[in-house]
Amino acid sequence: MPNKTIREVIHDTVRDEMRRDPNVILMGEDVAGGAGCSGEDDAFGGAFGFYKGLVGEFGRGRIIDTPISEAAYIGAAAGAAMTGLRPIADLQFFDFLGVCFDQIYNQMAKFRYMFGGKSDTPLVILSLVGAGLRCGAQHSQSLHPQVTAIPGLKVVMPENAYDTKGLLLTAIRDDDPVIFLLHKLQFENACEVPDEEYLIPFGEASFPREGTDVTIVAFSAMVQKAVAVADRLREEGISVEVIDPRTTSPLDEEAILESVEMTGRIVIVDEAWERCSVAADIASIVARKAFAALQAPIITVTAPHTPAPFSPVLEDLYIPSEDDIERAVREVVAYRR
Amino acid sequence: MTRRKTQPGALFSGEELLHAYRTMRTIRVFETRIGQEFEKGTIPGFTHLYSAQEAIATAVCMNLLDTDYIGSTHRGHGHSIAKGCDVKGMVAELMGKATGLCKGKGGSMHVADLSKGMLGANGIVGGSAPLCVGAGLSAKTRGTRGVAVSFIGDGGSNEGVVFESMNLAVVLKLPVLFMYENNGYGEATGVSYAVGSGDIAGRAGAFGMPAEKVDGTDFFAVYEAVQRAVARGREGEGPSAIEAMTTRFGGHFVGDPQLYRVKGEIEKQRREMDCIPFFVNRVLKEKSVTRKALQDIDAEVESLIEESVEEALAAPYPGPEELYTDVYKTY
Repeated sequence: MPNKTIREVIHDTVRDEMRRDPNVILMGEDVAGGAGCSGEDDAFGGAFGFYKGLVGEFGRGRIIDTPISEAAYIGAAAGAAMTGLRPIADLQFFDFLGVCFDQIYNQMAKFRYMFGGKSDTPLVILSLVGAGLRCGAQHSQSLHPQVTAIPGLKVVMPENAYDTKGLLLTAIRDDDPVIFLLHKLQFENACEVPDEEYLIPFGEASFPREGTDVTIVAFSAMVQKAVAVADRLREEGISVEVIDPRTTSPLDEEAILESVEMTGRIVIVDEAWERCSVAADIASIVARKAFAALQAPIITVTAPHTPAPFSPVLEDLYIPSEDDIERAVREVVAYRR
Repeated sequence: MTRRKTQPGALFSGEELLHAYRTMRTIRVFETRIGQEFEKGTIPGFTHLYSAQEAIATAVCMNLLDTDYIGSTHRGHGHSIAKGCDVKGMVAELMGKATGLCKGKGGSMHVADLSKGMLGANGIVGGSAPLCVGAGLSAKTRGTRGVAVSFIGDGGSNEGVVFESMNLAVVLKLPVLFMYENNGYGEATGVSYAVGSGDIAGRAGAFGMPAEKVDGTDFFAVYEAVQRAVARGREGEGPSAIEAMTTRFGGHFVGDPQLYRVKGEIEKQRREMDCIPFFVNRVLKEKSVTRKALQDIDAEVESLIEESVEEALAAPYPGPEELYTDVYKTY
C-alpha cells in the first residue's frame, strides 16, 4: 500500500472525482494561479499546492480561479450546487469565513429546509484551520464550532491521510453542504492509503487508541498529541482511550458515551476556544447523558480565550500541548470524591 | 429612458400579449388580496408586496425558459408568479400550510420552485446575486445555453456581495443578468440618499458589462432590454445589467405607515406610474387584443385568487414531525 501525505490525497481524490463526474468543479483563489499574468500558468495550484497540475488536465473551465471575493464565489458555489454542479470551493484559510458567512449559514445551510426538501446543495468548502504557522490572529483560528452550531451544515475534520481520502469522497458525493477542514500543520503527514476507492461515513468516530481508564476525545491536530500522551501513560499503567469523532456535525455521541460509561473519566481536547465550543458541547452531552457513570469532573483542554498571538513564544503557549493534555488526564485519574 | 414607439403587435402575438396581461394582473390581484389577508391575520410574519412593479417581473420572465434561472428578493411574489410558480401553492406557503410550495417551511421570503428555475425569494438583501452567478456558471459549465437573472432592489444594489458578484460574473464571462428594480426606496430610505452616485446602471456598467436604464412601468421597454441581455448571455457574451425605474404602491412591508412619503404621493403614482393601465391602453389602442379578452382574464384571475385563498385557508398546517425533516438529506 502506498504512503501518501494529506496533500497528495487531496490532489488525487479531487482529480479522481473530477474524472468520474463531469459536474464536479473546483473553484477558489489561485486554485491554478497565473491567470492574467505573463509568467507560468498553474503557478500556485492552490495556496498550499494541493491542486497542482489539475488545471492541465481539466482546463480553466473546471479549475476556476476566482478574484479575491470569498462572498461571491462561495455564494456562487451554492448557486451552482443547487443547479446541477457539485462544486468544491477552496477557501484558503477558514478565518475568511467572516467575509462569506452569510452565504454559508443564511443561504446554503437553509435551502433544503426553506424550500420544503426540494433542493439539494451538494458542495464542499475545503479550508484550513489551526495555529502554529506563526501567521497571527487572522490566519490561525479554529472556527469549526461556529459552523458546527448551524443546522444544515456538515463539518468534517480529518487528521490523517487515510481518513482524509475516505471522508473527502463521502463529502464530494454528499447532497448537503459539507465544510471540510484540514489543519494547516498536518498536510505533510503521511500514512498508508489504499489506491482503491473507500468511503468513510460521517458521524462515525475512530479509536486511534483503546483503553479503559480515561477517555480522551480529540479533534484534528490534537488527535496525534492525545495519542502520544496515551502511549506515554500506558507505560505507567494508565489505560487511555482516544476517540477521534472525525466529524463534528454529525457527531458520534454514541461512541463517546459508550466509552465514558466504561472509563468514567473524560478529557476533551480541541484547539478552538472553549466558550460555546464543540468541547463545551461534548462536555454538556456527557454531563447530561452519562452523569451516573462519571467518576471525575469533565476537563476540557482548549486554546485560551485570546486571539492567536504572533510571537512564537506566545503562540506555543496558546496551542494546547501534550503536557496540557497529560496534566488533564492525570487530574481526572487522581480525582477522588 | 424614453418610451419606445415600437408597435407591440409587430413584436408579440395576441396570445403573448394576453399572457403578459394575465401575469401582471395575477400579480396585482394576488398582492392586493395578500395585503388584505395579512391585515386579517391569516398570514403570519412579514409580507412585502410587489404592486407597481409587475411589468418588470413579467417582461423578464417572458424572455426565459424553465431551464433558465431567477433569484429573487424579499419582495418576491411577483417574480415567482411570473416564473411560473403555482399560485395556489404560493398562497398556501404564505399562510404556512402543509400544501404550500415549500410545505409551509419557507414562507413569503423563501418561496422557491427549482423545477421552474426559481431559486428562491431571499430574506437577505442582495442575496440572490452570488447565487445567480453560480447558476450562470452551472449553465455555462453544463452547456445548456441557460441564463440566470438576479433581481436586486435599489437597496440591494449597495450590498458588497452584489459588487463582488458583478465583478465575478464579468471575470468569468457568465450568462447572468443583474436586474435592478429601482422603486425609489430601500425600506424607509430614499435612493437619492443611499445610492452614492444615484446611478445604479452606471455603477454596474463600470464593472465592465453593458448596462442600461429602462422605464420599469413600460412592459415593452423592459422586455426589449431584457431580450438583448438574455441573447448576450445565451451567446456566451457575458453578463448585463438593467436598471428598471419603478415605484412601489405600498410600504416596505404590509402595515408600514410610510411616514417617509409625502401625502398624496402614492395616489399620484397610481395615476401616472401604473404599468397595467399603461399596458392596457396601449394594446387596446393598437387593437392588438380585444377588451373582452382582457375582461375574461380579469374574471379568471379573480376566481383563481379567490379559490387559492379559500383552499389555503382550509388546508392543514404541517404536522409536528415536519419540524425535523428536510434539514439534511442524510445525517
